[in-house]
Amino acid sequence: MAVSKAYLKEEREQEWRVEVRKLLKNKERTALPRVKMGEVEARERICSNIEVNKGLSADEAVNEARRCLDCPDPTCISGCPVEINIPKFIKRIEQGDFLKAARVLKETSTLPAVCGRVCPQEKQCEAKCFYQLKLKNEPVAIGYLERFAADYERESGQISVPEVAPANGIKIAVIGSGPAGLTFAGDMAKQGYDVTVFEALHEIGGVLKYGIPEFRLPNSIVDVEIDNLKRMGVKFENNFIVGRTASIEDLKEEGFAGFFTGSGAGLPRFMNIPGENYIGILSSNEYLTRVNLMDAANPDTDTPVISGKQVAVIGGGNTAMDSVRTARRLGAERAMIIYRRSMEEMPARVEEIKHAQEEGIEFLTLTNPVAYFADEKGRVNKVRVQKMELGEPDASGRRRPMPVEGSEYDIDVDTVVVSVGVSPNPLIPSSLPQLETTRWGTIVVDEDKLQTSIPEMFAGGDIVRGGATVILAMGDGRNAAAAMHKYLQDKRNA
Amino acid sequence: MNRIVEKEYFSENVVRLEIEAPRIAKARRAGHFVIVKVGERGERIPLTIAAADAKRGTITLVIQRVGVSSRRITDLNVGDELTDLVGPLGEATHIEKVGTVLACGGGVGVAPLLPIVEALKKAGNKVITILAARSKDLIILEDQIAQYSDEVIVMTDDGSYGTKGLVTDGMKAVMNREKVDQAVIIGPAIMMKFAALTTKEYNVPTVASLNTIMVDGTGMCGACRITVGGKTKFVCIDGPEFDAHQVDFDEMLLRLNGYKDIEKGADQKYLNSKEE
Repeated sequence: MAVSKAYLKEEREQEWRVEVRKLLKNKERTALPRVKMGEVEARERICSNIEVNKGLSADEAVNEARRCLDCPDPTCISGCPVEINIPKFIKRIEQGDFLKAARVLKETSTLPAVCGRVCPQEKQCEAKCFYQLKLKNEPVAIGYLERFAADYERESGQISVPEVAPANGIKIAVIGSGPAGLTFAGDMAKQGYDVTVFEALHEIGGVLKYGIPEFRLPNSIVDVEIDNLKRMGVKFENNFIVGRTASIEDLKEEGFAGFFTGSGAGLPRFMNIPGENYIGILSSNEYLTRVNLMDAANPDTDTPVISGKQVAVIGGGNTAMDSVRTARRLGAERAMIIYRRSMEEMPARVEEIKHAQEEGIEFLTLTNPVAYFADEKGRVNKVRVQKMELGEPDASGRRRPMPVEGSEYDIDVDTVVVSVGVSPNPLIPSSLPQLETTRWGTIVVDEDKLQTSIPEMFAGGDIVRGGATVILAMGDGRNAAAAMHKYLQDKRNA
Repeated sequence: MNRIVEKEYFSENVVRLEIEAPRIAKARRAGHFVIVKVGERGERIPLTIAAADAKRGTITLVIQRVGVSSRRITDLNVGDELTDLVGPLGEATHIEKVGTVLACGGGVGVAPLLPIVEALKKAGNKVITILAARSKDLIILEDQIAQYSDEVIVMTDDGSYGTKGLVTDGMKAVMNREKVDQAVIIGPAIMMKFAALTTKEYNVPTVASLNTIMVDGTGMCGACRITVGGKTKFVCIDGPEFDAHQVDFDEMLLRLNGYKDIEKGADQKYLNSKEE
């Protein structure tokens, strides 16, 4: 899907936009320095779950918005998987009309407060900013501004509910309530469909709830976005596994005409090295689910969590950073990342790595675990690691790590979190034998329409991609909604 | 939702609950389990379905009080609702006619054994069932098991009922006496370990239904992982039933004890709060 140039041009020529552009000369705009995000100090934040980034003040936001040149060809939009009209919302901020700015976000994004926090903007919209591309200057802080507008609207108590088309009575089932499913549900509700979201867990929100920690994305913010969907008429059923609790056939009999699967990349990978099943070694999914979804660190909840004083997290992605920083907050004296490549190849966001470093996380790069050892009770007490060196680039384009012979040594640990990736959740595909899947277990879809081998079923997010980001899942939800709407209309008119 | 319609005490610490869950009652097969959570701050725990009545729209769970979560569930009464109930989960038992099947249930493990015994019998097998427990008051569901068994043998550790001896003593007696084509064992991990060693001696293919620690129960966390034939498997999605001769029961026993100290503390705290 690509947003039309004519539409963008028309929007840009609106009188208010022209007026805002005249407020400052471009030279004055480019001379302004990029805003710095306020943060809770590392010493303070590791003692609690407080959100690290404080957000921008109104003055800071307006000042940052002034930097945006409102380019005739807004390349930033091409970097956004849900194609937010970026200059339009930024110019609303410059104007001081923050509520209208938030409404612009909501034209295309179901979860702006979430995206403003967890999107890798530096690889998306901000990477395509004119400042970055042509001026070799720091890009406009689009992510910070997005968060500002969404937060302002929420805190104002004047949250706008997107306009919903008259009900068309067509029932749509959404499987999974993560970012893909929520986005799809919102877009279909806007078109007048009767949407029900089915969630296997007891909480709505998927990875936004069980995966991403409170200090990066407070649950209360996710709940507000879910509440907004409810106000648009979207229904939610928790504790419901489509394919198990009821089959697709059952749901068809109950009148559901379309299905969207966004069931996520549920299955944690392990490394299959000796001792990996000792007590105290757990997947990042388990660790984060215990702490985030089950609130296990709270003594008033029944779910326990083992989180020791010497914690090693294996891996270098965002989930690894979330895990190691959680361990620090749960009292780890030594919390370390063990990663087989170098800092340069680390897939985690730069901001997460920086925050982790400030919090005293150790980074053992070019290091790979080869075995674990345990005490007589089976509790892990040592990890044996091996030094690595980088060889020729592999299929992913990154230099392949090669073990250095004879470089093994042991590190004392009492908790190990394995965060080396996830595989698609097999639960949905396994209950639908007619659904075409790849040999990795992802669902096969038509690239543009996101339609599966079952014509009335569309799919998106990690169950299709294997393991990606919140915003790419949202983009899929959005594209699938548009494609399903067209499919159902064509079917009706046929 | 999830309302308790019947509650029965099999003994002081073993409770049968019949719960309204029409969709699960209709969808479940022998071997399936559910995840239950009681209270907003409760823990998610797996429980194998003991019976279901699709017409009434109910499922039956048999729960032994061992810790805070099982106490919370068994402290509920008729009319109360389980906060969260999801399923059916896991792979259903593979049922076929093999000839003679020796079904062994230890303690509360007899409950999940019941639907399997029923299905095996209906598939045309000769079913010999051994019920084993420490003492007479812990022998449950004997009549229901008898309904679908050609023979029921009761073993108690203290000899207070049936024959005095361990489950393995009863198993050996049967296997010495006649040809057994398959065994099914469900019970405490330690019982399954020795039952599996026993059938291995006699070269009888054996299935064990495992109940490990789980969080989500849908393949997401890996808390339930065990080693089967040298490979890591997830009990929630690959099981809960496995070839008992391939399961590393020693590892499973260690993993089951992973939270023991925390669990004891939580249990005591709950008991104290009830006294107040």
